[in-house]
Parts: sequence; structure tokens; C-alpha cells
Amino acid sequence: MDVTTLTYIFVGLSFSLYIGIAFWSKANSTNDFYVAGKGVNPIANGMATAADWMSAASFISMAGLIAFLGKDGSVYLMGWTGGYVVLALLLAPYLRKFGKFTVPDFIGERYYSKAARLVAVICLIFVSFTYVAGQMRGVGIVFSRFLEVDINIGVIIGMIIVFFYAVLGGMKGITYTQVAQYCVLIFAYLVPAIFISILITGNPVPQLGFGDTLVGTDVYLLDKLDQVTRDLGFNAYTENIKSNIDIFCITAALMFGTAGLPHVIVRFFTVPRVKDARKSAGYALIFIAILYTTAPAVAAFARVNFIESIQDTSYESSPAWFKNWENTGLIAWQDKNNDGIIQYSAGSAIEGRPQYTPERGSEGQRLLSNKSNDLNDNEVYIDRDIMVLANPEIAKLPAWVIALVAAGGLAAALSTAAGLLLVISSSISHDLLKKTFKPNISERQELFYARCAAAVAIFIAGLFGIYPPAFVAQVVAFAFGLAASTFFPALFMGIFSKRLNKEGAIAGMVSGLIFTLTYIIYFKFLYTEFNSADYWFLSISPEGIGFVGMIINFIVAISISSITNPPPKEVIEMVEVIREP
Amino acid sequence: MQLNKDGYWKENIKILVSLLSVWFLVSFGFGILLSDWLDQFQLGGFKLGFWFAQQGSIYIFIILIFIYIHLLNKLDKKYFGDKDSGDDN
Repeated sequence: MDVTTLTYIFVGLSFSLYIGIAFWSKANSTNDFYVAGKGVNPIANGMATAADWMSAASFISMAGLIAFLGKDGSVYLMGWTGGYVVLALLLAPYLRKFGKFTVPDFIGERYYSKAARLVAVICLIFVSFTYVAGQMRGVGIVFSRFLEVDINIGVIIGMIIVFFYAVLGGMKGITYTQVAQYCVLIFAYLVPAIFISILITGNPVPQLGFGDTLVGTDVYLLDKLDQVTRDLGFNAYTENIKSNIDIFCITAALMFGTAGLPHVIVRFFTVPRVKDARKSAGYALIFIAILYTTAPAVAAFARVNFIESIQDTSYESSPAWFKNWENTGLIAWQDKNNDGIIQYSAGSAIEGRPQYTPERGSEGQRLLSNKSNDLNDNEVYIDRDIMVLANPEIAKLPAWVIALVAAGGLAAALSTAAGLLLVISSSISHDLLKKTFKPNISERQELFYARCAAAVAIFIAGLFGIYPPAFVAQVVAFAFGLAASTFFPALFMGIFSKRLNKEGAIAGMVSGLIFTLTYIIYFKFLYTEFNSADYWFLSISPEGIGFVGMIINFIVAISISSITNPPPKEVIEMVEVIREP
Repeated sequence: MQLNKDGYWKENIKILVSLLSVWFLVSFGFGILLSDWLDQFQLGGFKLGFWFAQQGSIYIFIILIFIYIHLLNKLDKKYFGDKDSGDDN
């Protein structure tokens, strides 16, 4: 059977599994819909958290990013796992003890203010929607490459599936589909990684294989990679390019952002006891680490394989995956010296993203209307997002492995999209309607509004997928900076300080949000020509600025609190209660 | 009970500070600030600083959370006995 047929079978089977679970776990109350009845087993919740957390970005993009960034890619690995230590130790158990439905719930009650709740809802919607847009792009890529359907149809199919289990089942449906999705995605990630590790190093454990020697030689893979990358004019793979302060700030922004992401925090509201919230965070990190420790190995293998399979081969005899991805528009070849042979080296081959003309060149390649970059000899444009998806093809693995990866990518994207859509819908039906504007609605009505909000959110997310704003990929990384600079300080101080009051918390969140957002918009959208270390504040890139925003939030919150009245007695009592297990 | 509560919270903070120091040391320390210096040592085919940045720190994160779970369960028992706490819906 060919790859497309197999992909249809794998994707079809996994989708029917998700829909089946949705019917089985229909939500009957708001408690079911928002927090799965608080009855989820901590290990199952750990798996669901892992699937919720590992998005299209983790599954599809991360290893590709690391493959091209080398050691600088460590920011994602440490940032997106280290955040769980912060979450497990400083937030999750206490927020579970608080025992309500949403993150704005906590902020609204701890800071005894509807305004604080509203600020939290606005931050939440902004963070979650930027994040969800990236997921829909992931769904589109997988569908268009592997199922050969139009990207838009792919997105619509994805929307219908999510609609089923998110609108029917709420958190309960999402939790149990996420458990299934975790199994699909981790299997799909590990199988090709193990195959490739054996092919390249003979070691079946990728985590060890990537520190092992190449088959039939006594040269270490990483030493070889350092040498090859240096020869082609890149920085050595295992050395940093970014400055230490920038790496420090990006890692910190990703860590505290992770701890402050509402769709992750809310997962810990679903377990029965405080004890279980702690345990659940531990299991979640194990399940996440299985992928996150494999990813850098996949990255190193992919970089070696990629270079070896195309460098100095003629286009005519280049591998099929090269042409397939060229047809999808994510690879381009500009034959600068007209010798018909692919030369790959450091530097960008062309200016901007490839713009294809309708014609084909003398070798059959798609011609480009881009200006070629004459400062280097590199002829290859490659979109980093394709490395994980193309990796099995590059390594010539069997068709069923390639099909499996497609199903895994979809599982990763859909599980995260569903989790995000749920926090968006519950913040609207619960925080905006029930707690702010329409306090008199019954539970049945609230549940109805929650379903409507979920449906609308899915529709908007789908539009993002069909008409992706050009900046989606960049914006996803910024969602973390925004979460770090708004939510983390308010949540942390809400538990660990009895003195922080509503004035301080609101001023802190607003100043963190404005500072971070302004810095990002200034460098990424308004004055992109200044977006380099020479112009950055303390040479911190927009990716890492959320950490500075977080410090500003803390300073503003503490100073404003110290000159205004302390919080009322009931709030101090509430803090004392959540500190007990 | 007030005294008891204070004692619980103080011990809890002590645990948090010590575990987070290790968390900081292995990631921001070994993985970033001291990483280049550690790279002079080899761990199999890995330079040590690189290994901490891409593998080691993650393993230690997991261990830290499980040590935390263990210590806090003990602490809960010491101050609150075996009561099945937290189920307050």
C-alpha cells in the first residue's frame, strides 16, 4: 500500500477513536464541562496534560528548529520542561486547593475585584488565540502534504472533529481524548526516532544514540556534526551563537510562561485532591520528557541525514521527498551556478519566503521569482517546520512509519487546540457571563453558553487556519512571554504573599502586558530593520523580553501594594486555607 | 492550630527553596551560564555542558518533582495526620 492510503487508514482510525470517546464521555454539568467532574486519575491527567501541552509546535516544529539552531535550541528543551518544576512546586497544588473552575476565577477572588478578573480574561483570550492559530496551521500542513487534500478542507475536517468532542464532552471529553492522543503521538514520535537511531548509530535508544559513534566508525555523531556544519560555514552544532543573557532570558520566559499558561493550569483543577495535583505534575513531566529528550536526538539525526542526502547531488537524482516538499512550497532550490547540482551551505539562498513562478527550470525544479542572495553559495531554501515530517522519508523508512507520523502530528495539534478552546469558552461563559454580566443564569444555561462559546471559538480558530495571519509562527512563541509577564506574578504572589492587593495585582498585570507587547510589536512588526542585538534592551531579543516584563510586573505590583490598603480579612483567610493541603 | 500552620508553611518554604536552587543550578547554571566551561569535559560522545542543556537538566527536573511529592506527603502527614485532604467540592 502506498503512503497516502496508509495515512488515510491511520488518520481515519485515530479520528474514529476520538469521536467514539466523545460520545462515551458526554458532559452533563458545568462541573463536568469545566473540570471533568474533578474525578480524573492523576496518571491519566498526566497524560492528558502532556498531550494538551505538546502542540503542533512541539511535535512538528521543535526538532526541526533545534536541527538548525544546534545548541541554541536548548532554550526550548529546558524552557518547556523546566516550567513544570515551577508549576508543580509553586502553583498547581495551591490552585487545586482553591478548587474553582478557571484561572481568572482565582485572580478575581484572590484580588476581590471584577476588574482583575476582566484583565485576566483579556490576557487569557489573547494568549490562547495566538496559540490556537499555530495549531490550525499544523493541521493544514499535515493534511496538504500527506492526504493531498486542500489545506482549507484539512482545517475544516480538523474543526469538525474538535467540535464533536469539545462541544459535547467539554473538559471530560477532552481529557479522555487527550489520553488517547498522547498514546498516538508519542508512539508516532518514538518509532521513527528509534529506527533512525539504529540506522545511524546502531543504538536503539535515541537519547543515548545521539551521544554514540556512527555505525562502522569510531567517530562520535556530534563531533561529525560539528565538523560538517563548520565545513559548510555554519557555527559548530554544539556551540551557542546567541549571547548568554539572551539564552537566559528566553529560557526563563518560556519556563515562567509555561507555569502561567491557563490551559495547562486548568488541567490540575480536574484531579480529586491536592496530593493528586502534585503527583499529576510529576507524571505529566515524565510523559513530556519522553518526547523532549528524544527531540534533540531527532534533530541531530535529521541534520546529518539532510546534509548527506542532498549535498552535491544533482537535482535530477535528488530524493523524492525533496521534490514532494518542493511541490508543497516548503523547499526551494535556486541553481545559482547553473550546474544542475544542489549546493547547500550557510546563509539564506533567496530573499524572503519562496515565490514560485508557474514555470519549471531545465532540471524540472520550480523556478522562483525571488531575488537570489549573492552573498553566499547556498542554493537551498528549507522550511524548518518540515524536518520531523520529512525525517522518516529522508531516512527511507517504510511507508507505514510515514503514515504514523502524520496521525501523530494531527493528534498533537488537535489535542492542544481542544484544550485551548476549552479555556477560552469557559472564561467567556463562566468569568464573563456567570461571574460578571449575567450572574442570574442557571447552571443549565451556563452549560449551554459554554457550548456556544466553544463552537464560536472553534469557528474563529478555523478561520485563522484558513487565512493564517503571516505572523502566526512568531506569535506563538510570544504567547509565553505574555503569560510570564501577566499571569505568573499574579498567581505566584496570590499564594505566597498575603500583602499583595488588587491595586498592585492589576497594575502589575497591565504594566507587564503593555511593556512586553510594546517591545514585541516594536521590533517584530513596526521596526523590523532594528531587530538585532545592537538595538535590543540589554541585548535581549523579543523572544526573551517576557522575563523582563515579569520582573517589571513584580516590581510594580509590590510597590503599588505597599502604598495602598492591604487586602480584606476574608482574602487573607482564603490564602491561609489554600496554603494547607 | 495557628502555630502548627506556621510551622508547616515554614518547612514547606524550606523545601521549595532547596529544590528550586537545584532547578536553577542544573538549567540556568550548568545548561547556560557554566555550559561553555563544562564543555571541556566529555560524557561519552557528549560535551558535558551540551548534555546538561539538551538532556541532563530534563532528567533532573523529573527527579526534583518526585522528591517534592515525597517530602510534601511526609510533611502533610506530620502536621495534618492521615486525613484525606483537599476534597472540598
